[in-house]
Amino acid sequence: MNHYELIVIGGGPAGLAAALAAYEQGLRKILIVERDKELGGILNQCIHNGFGLHHFKEELTGPEYAGRFVEMLKDTNVEVALDTMVLEITREREVHAVSVAKGYQVLKGDSVILAMGCRERTRGAIAIPGDRPAGVFTAGTAQRYLNMEGYMVGRRIVILGSGDIGLIMARRMTLEGAKVLACVEVMPYSGGLNRNIVQCLQDYDIPLYLSHTITDIRGKGRVEGVTVSQVDARRNPIPGTEMHFDCDTVLLSVGLIPENELTRQAEITMDPRTNGAVVYENMETALPGVFACGNVVHVHDLVDFVTAESMRAGRAAAAYVQKGEADDAGLITLKNGDGVTYTVPQRIRPGNVENAEVFFRVNRVCGASEIRVMSGDTQIAKFKRAHLAPGEMERIMLPKKLLEKAGSELTVGIVEL
Amino acid sequence: MFDVAIIGCGVVGAATAFMLSQRECSVVVLEKENDVATGATRANSAIIHAGYDPEPGTKMARLNVRGVELAQKLCKELDVPYIQNGSLVLAFDETDDKTVEKLYHRGVENGVPGLEIISGDEARKREPNLSKQVTSALWAPSAGIINPWEYALAMIETAVRNGVELRRECAVTGLNKTDAGWSIETTKGTVEAKYVVNAAGVHSEEIHNMAAEPAFKIIPNRGEYYLMDKSDGGRANSVLFQCPSAAGKGVLISPTVGGNLIVGPSADNAEDGDCVGTTAAGLASVREKAMKTMPDLTYRGAIRNFAGMRANSDQADFFVQVSAPGFVDLACIKSPGLSAAPAIAEEAVVLLEGEGLALPAKAECITTRRRIIFNELTQEEKAKVIAGNPLYGRVICRCETITEGEIVHSLHCPVPPVSIDGVKRRAGAGLGRCQGGFCGPRVAEIIARELGIPMVDMLKDTAGTNILIGETKQKNK
Repeated sequence: MNHYELIVIGGGPAGLAAALAAYEQGLRKILIVERDKELGGILNQCIHNGFGLHHFKEELTGPEYAGRFVEMLKDTNVEVALDTMVLEITREREVHAVSVAKGYQVLKGDSVILAMGCRERTRGAIAIPGDRPAGVFTAGTAQRYLNMEGYMVGRRIVILGSGDIGLIMARRMTLEGAKVLACVEVMPYSGGLNRNIVQCLQDYDIPLYLSHTITDIRGKGRVEGVTVSQVDARRNPIPGTEMHFDCDTVLLSVGLIPENELTRQAEITMDPRTNGAVVYENMETALPGVFACGNVVHVHDLVDFVTAESMRAGRAAAAYVQKGEADDAGLITLKNGDGVTYTVPQRIRPGNVENAEVFFRVNRVCGASEIRVMSGDTQIAKFKRAHLAPGEMERIMLPKKLLEKAGSELTVGIVEL
Repeated sequence: MFDVAIIGCGVVGAATAFMLSQRECSVVVLEKENDVATGATRANSAIIHAGYDPEPGTKMARLNVRGVELAQKLCKELDVPYIQNGSLVLAFDETDDKTVEKLYHRGVENGVPGLEIISGDEARKREPNLSKQVTSALWAPSAGIINPWEYALAMIETAVRNGVELRRECAVTGLNKTDAGWSIETTKGTVEAKYVVNAAGVHSEEIHNMAAEPAFKIIPNRGEYYLMDKSDGGRANSVLFQCPSAAGKGVLISPTVGGNLIVGPSADNAEDGDCVGTTAAGLASVREKAMKTMPDLTYRGAIRNFAGMRANSDQADFFVQVSAPGFVDLACIKSPGLSAAPAIAEEAVVLLEGEGLALPAKAECITTRRRIIFNELTQEEKAKVIAGNPLYGRVICRCETITEGEIVHSLHCPVPPVSIDGVKRRAGAGLGRCQGGFCGPRVAEIIARELGIPMVDMLKDTAGTNILIGETKQKNK
């Protein structure tokens, strides 16, 4: 059985950063297992710019961002198994993988990092009624056809959902000569970054219909048209508000789901709110020695934050291999207060951290607000924000001296001022 | 000149071809679509009904019970996913209790084995998610679940191996009686055959009327469904029917052979037998009715909706008979048509013999089929399969763990697919929770490579369902 100090599952931005950070901490037997034929993950099809503003302090395209990490990897002895699919991870950290080159392999890791990313929600998940013609794609699938394979998926497009990939594809399809007729969002606010609303819709005069959804798709062979209706506060279509669009394509950008089949198989504790594993401050899961980072834990807006989180996981995996299990004295559980849908991490071991970085999302659009961190009735920290939105992940830092003051539970909530 | 021309390659046409392929005769199957099993066969509840539903003495009753017997044997021999998990018909009040008793007696009369009436509590013990309102239930151990399109595929594939000719995209446009039999006009030229079998499903009325005086009317009836993720597959152990009542037939909740959960169908008469779109009202009615069986069922795990078209008719029974000299109707095959299919095919053989066709058994023919389902193999078997063909080491569909080896194998089977959905039906790639979002482009590449189909001509499904409209950086044509 091949033995490694660290096996990283997934060679996208999360896996790359995690492996590099673990290497920098001194691990010398590291393997990245990647199912695709090259490293970089979904970044390879994200040919637009806007990546790296935080991490590299410059604006890069997706492939450039991934390329930086692949270059850095060349100066290390980190091994990469491409075109290799992990079928199972056992609780003893045995990784079962198959590939054309090496057949069925069982690999043993002193530590394992889960970095499998996420996948897109589909038409079936949201039950859009109508015919079942060709021409209904998730935005990411259309992006792959367009940017990787060089094919047009359609000429007259309606986009459902205002997630970032959908917004990016609105601009991309326009630049390739397609007409994007509308972007339709069921919620009263966009699910994407504000900068993408401006740069991908407004700059190209593409209308955004908030509180609307597609209520019918018509077409025998290809899509021939869709009906769009306004929805009420409970997201039910309002009769009489129907609009018809003659289009040949529907792109769906209706959410991302962390891809955790391997995690569930290994019976690692999951958080139903993130659809990812429950993690500690250092991205360790409930199974000691197994860490998780990036979109497999919770869906991020910015790859830069994936990188930062994954480097934390990589350093923690190295520490686990070198020093053993972390001390969980004074364990703090994070709870969601008003307006907060989830936090990552969900658990903090104060003895194991200098500053705990906490990511979370809010459930509504707010103006000037305060993020309040409470220990029982005592407020131990507050952070001011000019604006909060569900489409934009929030980040706060909780210093060690604050954590030491906390009880066994901390609640993160928001208050609009 | 063929001995027999079968019109339509759904499960009934495929079963008939399979049965005839074991006899000394030449057979052609004419299918209007670019693939087999694209009508009612591919979109239904995927249930093998025990046989307590049809009225005693009808063809439906006899062929259903015989069909179950045959399905058990055929699925084993042809490697078709089939699980005999039994069914419960649930009663919710005293009227229902009486109906359950009636169904029990009817089933006994039809020769359905092992029927038993159990209490509501017993039903809940077997099915922990059942409603507290269930008062009693009819247990039918011979009912089961099946992969319906795989069933049809397995039979037509084996028939083709035995020498049956399958012509696809070959729609029948006219039938003329000749001295030798029938001259069949199709969109791909004229076909001559001594005997014709009408297995055209929802279009069987049109075909019948080309050969004989009108005798029945097909009333296409649409049924809409929810398919749920495998994480929901364990919510039911058996097929859970609701007692038919004045309010209608109700909906069923059942595990599928793939490990998913299926909920449906709605029922509404459709103008167009080929229109299998879903509707907000239909899906809402499914959700509402299913609540009666399982009040806690949620649809967060839904991965797909679909609608199927049943060939309902103005006939109470299957219309299985000789309607003109040398012309056999296998028509009005509504539920339990899938369950009865191989028995209907046996009946067709008898009817053809009665019309004067000699059908001696072949000395040698193929009656078995085996395929590799990578995900179901043990670790050692997986290693061995990859050692034999490295393409089994490349996973293409990650939701269902379908390998390139399985996809390539499907592309070179006796009835090869010509579309991404065709590969889905044969190899299973794209059936999972991401619904082909990830593997679709990769499957398209493999089809292009193996069959020499240009990417820009790649189909999602039937003719006209092109995925791509062209290459980028090209002027509009």
